[in-house]
Amino acid sequence: MNLGVTTQAWRNLQAKPLQTALSLALLAFGVGMVSLMLLTEKQVNDAFERNIKDIDLVLGAKGSPLQLILANVYHIDAPTGNISLEAAQKVVKHPYIASGIPLAYGDNHEGYRIVGTDMGYVEHYGAELADGTWWDKTFDVTLGAKVAEATGLALGDTFFSAHGLTDQTDIHTNRTFTVVGVMAPSGTVVDQLILTSIQSIWDVHAHEGEEVDPSTREITAMLLKKRNALAVLTIPNTLRDTNMQVALPAIEVNRMTQQFGLGTAALRAIAMLIMALSFASIFISVLDNIRARRHELALMRTMGGTPRTLYTLLLAEGGLLSAGGTLLGLILSRVAMVVLSAFVEQQFHYSLSAMMPLPGEVALAAAAVAVGLVSSAIPARRTLRLDISETLSEA
Amino acid sequence: MVSIEGVKFQYDAAGPVLSFPDFSCAQGDRMLLLGNSGTGKTTLLHLLCGLLTPTSGALTVGSKSLHTSTDRELDRWRGAEVGVIFQQAHFVQSLTVRENLALPHQLTTGRIPADLESKMDDMLDRLGIGHRAGAQPHELSVGEQQRASIARALLHKPKVVFADEPTSALDDESAAAVMDILDREAAYATLVVVTHDQRLKDRYASCVTLSHQRP
Repeated sequence: MNLGVTTQAWRNLQAKPLQTALSLALLAFGVGMVSLMLLTEKQVNDAFERNIKDIDLVLGAKGSPLQLILANVYHIDAPTGNISLEAAQKVVKHPYIASGIPLAYGDNHEGYRIVGTDMGYVEHYGAELADGTWWDKTFDVTLGAKVAEATGLALGDTFFSAHGLTDQTDIHTNRTFTVVGVMAPSGTVVDQLILTSIQSIWDVHAHEGEEVDPSTREITAMLLKKRNALAVLTIPNTLRDTNMQVALPAIEVNRMTQQFGLGTAALRAIAMLIMALSFASIFISVLDNIRARRHELALMRTMGGTPRTLYTLLLAEGGLLSAGGTLLGLILSRVAMVVLSAFVEQQFHYSLSAMMPLPGEVALAAAAVAVGLVSSAIPARRTLRLDISETLSEA
Repeated sequence: MVSIEGVKFQYDAAGPVLSFPDFSCAQGDRMLLLGNSGTGKTTLLHLLCGLLTPTSGALTVGSKSLHTSTDRELDRWRGAEVGVIFQQAHFVQSLTVRENLALPHQLTTGRIPADLESKMDDMLDRLGIGHRAGAQPHELSVGEQQRASIARALLHKPKVVFADEPTSALDDESAAAVMDILDREAAYATLVVVTHDQRLKDRYASCVTLSHQRP
């Protein structure tokens, strides 16, 4: 038989299931919300960081700079338009620019973008082959790891591309793409892309027998690395009279997260309010327990229990409530992450998978348990002043 | 043994001073403290249990001088050497009858001896409630609660047993049965019964009658 303090505290909580469930649910909900926000912030920031990876500027058609970044760095938005390859190459030759990676796209296969580029793109993200080779001839493709997994395409398989970035109605049946390689997972945007040569993109859209003037060839964007910090100030000026713009991923992402920040601050405030309510609930629960069980507590004093024994028992009840609520909250946030991850995966092909506790969550859990203990310690002090004789005489 | 000498008690400075007659009860003896309502029976019982401190006088129970002991000493002493049977049987409602009986050991020593459960089962069987050991206290009848309360007070073999109105709510037959159980199970201990129940006045040779305290 075990009648340690924790067992007694747990049995006392079990004896009041509704009150216990309310305290646990409130704290779990509050902690779960904060934890979910920490997890998603971490995941989103990591994804942004991983994919920006030394891309200083993105050159593309005029329009929303944020859209230019989202479309060409993260592949989660439509491009702003096309730009002349010749004009883009002139920008790459600017003395302040170190190098440029061209991107051309506009088609998809089963929702995965077919991106025409060169080996600079692969090297930039450090992608490696798991099987086969890199694309070489026109209409050869090398699949990102997630594309291969999701579509079931393997080496030697062929497929048609569909016009647009998600639509499957306008299929280019005149050209067949052939899988020549599959990449190993890299944890970057490359995992969800089908890479091919730019020539493939041009040819799939060319009419039968059409001769294309090289000077009119277009691409979607050029990812630029700067040689000189002044490029950030100088290059926009050189593009003033063109249909092109450069956007800075770091600044655009920062601006976007600041806008998100207003929303997350409001959510965080709501979560904190719920947590405060849960601590009030623990406070009231312990206070109510002292009132309702004062005869039991007085009885325990007559059986050898000291004031400290009773104080510890009530503290343990608050501790169990706060620890249980916190644990439930952390589990709840992970369940929510699984649901959210399925949605993000379906919409943007990004995986939000990390479930390991974050340092912020450890601090959150420690703070929640500590405040829960304080919330029970304050009312529990009444037991130190319990008048046993008077309480027993009330009965 | 139980001994009080010149004991007075006052709940607050403005309140009346309660005086109690001197008496003593040798180790292993039985004694009745008989008094009607308002004679300070409950106050005297609480003084004897060390739950109240006398304003003046000397109060000794077993080897303990209650009037000179600290609260901490009294807490330990109550758990180890005293068994109290209250008029209304109080239990920790979240624990089973068996766990309630083991609680004094847990509170006093921080552990439950390995042989306690068999001792407990023996005692509950002797009191006729062995089959109720796993029940919650609120599931017991009033009579069963009374017997469980006696079992809890005696299980740790206290040197002194105090019983507060153990028969007041019982009919003649049940009252006699409860007193027989008390006499039998607490045969080794000093037993002090505090009651207003006139049916018990001739039960023990030693009887102190408390007089009315209030003006």
